[in-house]
Amino acid sequence: MQIYGETFDSRLMLGTARYPSPDILRQAIAASGAKIVTVSLRREAAGERAGQAFWDIIREAGVSVLPNTAGCHSVREAVTTAEMAREVFGTTLIKLEVIGDADTLQPDLFGLVEATQILSSEGFQVLAYTTEDLVAADRLVEAGCRVLMPWGSPIGSARGLNNVYGLRAMRARFPDLTLIVDAGIGVPSHASQAMELGYDGVLLSSAVALAGDPVKMAEAFRLAVAAGRLGYEADPLLPRDMAEPSTPVLGQALLGGAVLS
Amino acid sequence: MEITVIGAGVAGLVTAVTLAERGAAVTLHERSGNLGDNAASWLAGGMLAPYCEAESADPGVVAPGLAAIDWWAERVPGVTRKGTLVVASGRDVGEVSRFARRSGGGLPLDGAGIAALEPNLAGRFHRGLHFAAEAHLDPRIALAALVHRLEGLGGKIRFGSALDPETAPGDTVIDCRGIASDAPGLRSVRGEMLILRTGDIRLSRPIRLLHPRMPVYIVPRGEGLFMIGATMIESSDAGGVRLRSAVELMNAAYALHPAFAEAEVVEMKAGRRPALADNLPKVTRRGRIVSVSGLYRHGFLLSPDCAAKAANIILGNTKREEIAA
Repeated sequence: MQIYGETFDSRLMLGTARYPSPDILRQAIAASGAKIVTVSLRREAAGERAGQAFWDIIREAGVSVLPNTAGCHSVREAVTTAEMAREVFGTTLIKLEVIGDADTLQPDLFGLVEATQILSSEGFQVLAYTTEDLVAADRLVEAGCRVLMPWGSPIGSARGLNNVYGLRAMRARFPDLTLIVDAGIGVPSHASQAMELGYDGVLLSSAVALAGDPVKMAEAFRLAVAAGRLGYEADPLLPRDMAEPSTPVLGQALLGGAVLS
Repeated sequence: MEITVIGAGVAGLVTAVTLAERGAAVTLHERSGNLGDNAASWLAGGMLAPYCEAESADPGVVAPGLAAIDWWAERVPGVTRKGTLVVASGRDVGEVSRFARRSGGGLPLDGAGIAALEPNLAGRFHRGLHFAAEAHLDPRIALAALVHRLEGLGGKIRFGSALDPETAPGDTVIDCRGIASDAPGLRSVRGEMLILRTGDIRLSRPIRLLHPRMPVYIVPRGEGLFMIGATMIESSDAGGVRLRSAVELMNAAYALHPAFAEAEVVEMKAGRRPALADNLPKVTRRGRIVSVSGLYRHGFLLSPDCAAKAANIILGNTKREEIAA
């Protein structure tokens, strides 16, 4: 998976919040095979580097850290958080979230585009948490974003891919852009489905962190993402209306002669 | 044997009392001038809820947690054994089944069952769980009672006395400084809490309100006081409560019952929980220093067990260098 020119040999990205303990988080990261984990920067943790102990634990996992602006509800807040994150984590990568609705945590697409413009001009490499809206996607790309992260469904809802058509259309519209399904993944088959659509990767958090056995669930997602990607690369069959037998049935009584055509 | 205990939070007080009960000459030193100042346990919920905690914690907390209820009930006033009520509202009711599965129990309740336990919540919630074996106490009453008990057993307590374990007097030193200790691997998990006062609502037991993003609890403290807690933030920030957290906690109280809208905000404080990488406490010995650390959000629940382990190491000639709690 390519993120701004860098190649990562896992297509699964993991959030780091709400695990039962840092130990279990570490084990889950290892079991998932993820090479990138996201860390949300609370403002109070950034001041005086109050979150240092937790960040050290994540760094010890030996994976790349992708800071995010989770919980930011305005452009100003998101930009400030991104700037703090760049300082704390020493990376220009930022997963940009500008939340527009406190209930659904739906991204504010207008604010997102504006924040992307500001951050791109400041040298950030933005991974934008967006919806499957193609017009917003165009604007984000114009603003300099090269990794789009459309939601599967609202954050933490575990509903899977709500709009498969929209996600498919986005993949078709941006064949060369890195596209990652972010948010709403509940079970491994959701991740497989995103990969089968040709998405470059999947980001998930609570599906693993809040599972009864996060480490086992991380392993399940590792397998699901790999399976979905292989399925996509193998050029799968398309659904069709007619049955097509996998073995010839010549010699059996035929109805309509369909198999001879 | 002269034993010095450093830190008069719940870990230090329980350890000092446990040792004094076993006949040791104990002196407890506390850097703060008053009981509870700078102590995470002063801000605790005081829930003795091992089953509910096991929803997210290691199931190993259940047995020592149940034993802790008896430990406290035998020593301090105000231990209330009415269980814990877990509720969820509206579209979050699915959380109840998940919580029941993870915590391994709880009696399922419908709206009538909830109203029977807590008449003030009648009509507000339609699904819940009752963990009847759980209990709660008022941490401040409990800690003050332990001070009294320690002195009654001949133990001494020195406030305003900051000691370094390395140079502290005594045959054995027990480091119970919590987050103030610099033990390797110890980190701070910040917590924020409120105390509200209202005469408009009565509750008999702690209520846990399940919400996928912000689970909170409300513990009745008597005389119209309610403790609302608590945030869990990976941060060593020792500053005051942030508005975002205050709003979330207040919203939760309001969601439990709109009468809280008129409650007086009596107190709003933030503290730092000492935690290790597995979020479980640990009792270790190095030379003459024994450390009790990492009680995380389980100070009242697990300190009796940790104290017994520390006492066994010191008085019982336990040979093991490290005993995981």
